[in-house]
Amino acid sequence: MSWDQLWPLVLDGLWDTLYMTIPSTILSYLIGMPLGLLLVVTAKSGIRPLPKLNAVLGVIINFLRSIPFIILLAMLFPVTRAVMGRAIGTQAVIFPLVISAFPYVARMVEGSILEVDRGVIEAAQSLGSTDLQLILKVLIPEALPSLLNGAAIVTVTILGYTAMASAAGGGGLGAIAITKGLNLRKLDVMYVAAIALVILVQIITISGNHITKKMDHRKR
Amino acid sequence: MSSKVLLEINNLSKIFADAENRVIALNNISLTVNEGEIYGIVGMSGAGKSTLIRCINRLDTPNEGSILYRNQNILDMNRQTLLQTRRKIGMIFQQFNLFMQRTIAHNIRYPLEIAGVDRKTADQRVKELLEIVGLEDKADAYPIQLSGGQRQRVGIARALASKPDLLLCDEATSALDPMTTQSILALLQDINRRLGITILLITHEMAVIRQICNRVAILDGGRVVEEGEVDEVFLNTQSEAGKRLFGVLPERASEDPDVPSLRIVFDGTAAEEPIISRLAVETGVYVNILSANMNHLQGKTYGQMIIEQPASLDEKHAVISYLTQQGLTVREVNKQ
Ligand SMILES: Nc1ncnc2c1ncn2[C@@H]1O[C@H](COP(=O)(O)OP(=O)(O)O)[C@@H](O)[C@H]1O
Ligand SMILES: [Mg+2]
Repeated sequence: MSWDQLWPLVLDGLWDTLYMTIPSTILSYLIGMPLGLLLVVTAKSGIRPLPKLNAVLGVIINFLRSIPFIILLAMLFPVTRAVMGRAIGTQAVIFPLVISAFPYVARMVEGSILEVDRGVIEAAQSLGSTDLQLILKVLIPEALPSLLNGAAIVTVTILGYTAMASAAGGGGLGAIAITKGLNLRKLDVMYVAAIALVILVQIITISGNHITKKMDHRKR
Repeated sequence: MSSKVLLEINNLSKIFADAENRVIALNNISLTVNEGEIYGIVGMSGAGKSTLIRCINRLDTPNEGSILYRNQNILDMNRQTLLQTRRKIGMIFQQFNLFMQRTIAHNIRYPLEIAGVDRKTADQRVKELLEIVGLEDKADAYPIQLSGGQRQRVGIARALASKPDLLLCDEATSALDPMTTQSILALLQDINRRLGITILLITHEMAVIRQICNRVAILDGGRVVEEGEVDEVFLNTQSEAGKRLFGVLPERASEDPDVPSLRIVFDGTAAEEPIISRLAVETGVYVNILSANMNHLQGKTYGQMIIEQPASLDEKHAVISYLTQQGLTVREVNKQ
């Protein structure tokens, strides 16, 4: 296949990949970030211990996390149809992506927030912070570099899932590599799509690292 | 000094218990801190000092007792009142506990932000506080760029931002070298005198207590074993913990002799050898050492020495005034 034919294909795939990845990542954070914070805050050693709620949350998150994405995708078909209007396609696949990624986000956020020094939290409490002030003005800002680093990892993971989403009729670079490349024995298509994916992952990882470093004032 | 009570702790107990262990961290503690004083709590590691100070602003919740701050029981306060009270009780820490992602100015500003102080007033206040702690040029630096002593100064400025009446210090100088310790202690003293802020500090170092505290409580195994004016406790220490902290080896702690004599206490500021030989040179009085219990820790001398009282009154006064000038505490035993 010539470059003239390959280019539009790759650009099309790139668009679809981003179209799935970016909204999925944002929605996963909208759900996962508060849950991650809730996990930390309600833990036994947290600022507002609520052991029962914490345990229930933990069980749900672990349950969702332990189902492989490809299986979750199939299991969710009826729900996806109800929520997104249809069960397959690039847009529809955002729903299972979010369901699969938000528990992962919650755990990532939990890990980042837990890195905040206990003493710093106590200092903020000693100054008369409300719980909300503590979360918004101390926990999140102090954990920001780690949170951003986590966000880059989550984005790359969701990007990886989008390749599998081709199984549910989603488009994107992964789908092109498999359906238009591998299945049709067009190796050039497969490699070009794969290389485009690799470059995309590199860009996300490197810029993630860069921003993380820039935001972190614990060094220098 | 006014003797209005600012903080009154009554029969405070705290037990840490889980399935296997039960630690009585505080055992029926009672003490009062007066407005305007610097009150020290000293004790060995594990004595319960941190637990006690953390109960005061309810970072820890005691099992029993009461903590009256301006006659209001902190342990009975609802959340809203507790938060307001915490803003009137500053706290500084051994590890400084600064916000690492905020600049120095923004660290100091934090208490003002959460109290809803408007931007202009807050900026002005931050400037004043930077001046008080001598860090005007570090406003835009981050904590990582500061030395330990500078970080503690930021901690102090942050604690002072909401104009507290009481400052709690949890081993505030224990992570600092001796020189820096001196400058932080001087700053605390300055804050106490100039701003009239009452200070409650805990430490495992008797030298810190000797240097800036008016009154002291010795904590051992969760109990207050001695309490009173620093000099009095220092000179009359009875408890095992007190003797250990003052550097007097318990097995060698001597009884007061029958003859009139002088008790000299070394608290780590003066050295033993040069003082006694210089005493002879400077005053022309040769003293007879009856007993000495000395400890040398990290190049400092702690302990007590008992010397026979010189025969003449003039000589006695010369000796006492010379030793006092050297920063030693001298007390007459079996006064004639
Ligand atoms: N969170 C805790 N859980 C269990 N035991 C604790 C806890 N905090 C302190 N302790 C115990 O209480 C005692 C007093 O500790 P602490 O107040 O930190 O002493 P200090 O500050 O004088 O060194 C120690 O025996 C310590 O092990
Ligand atoms: Mg301690």
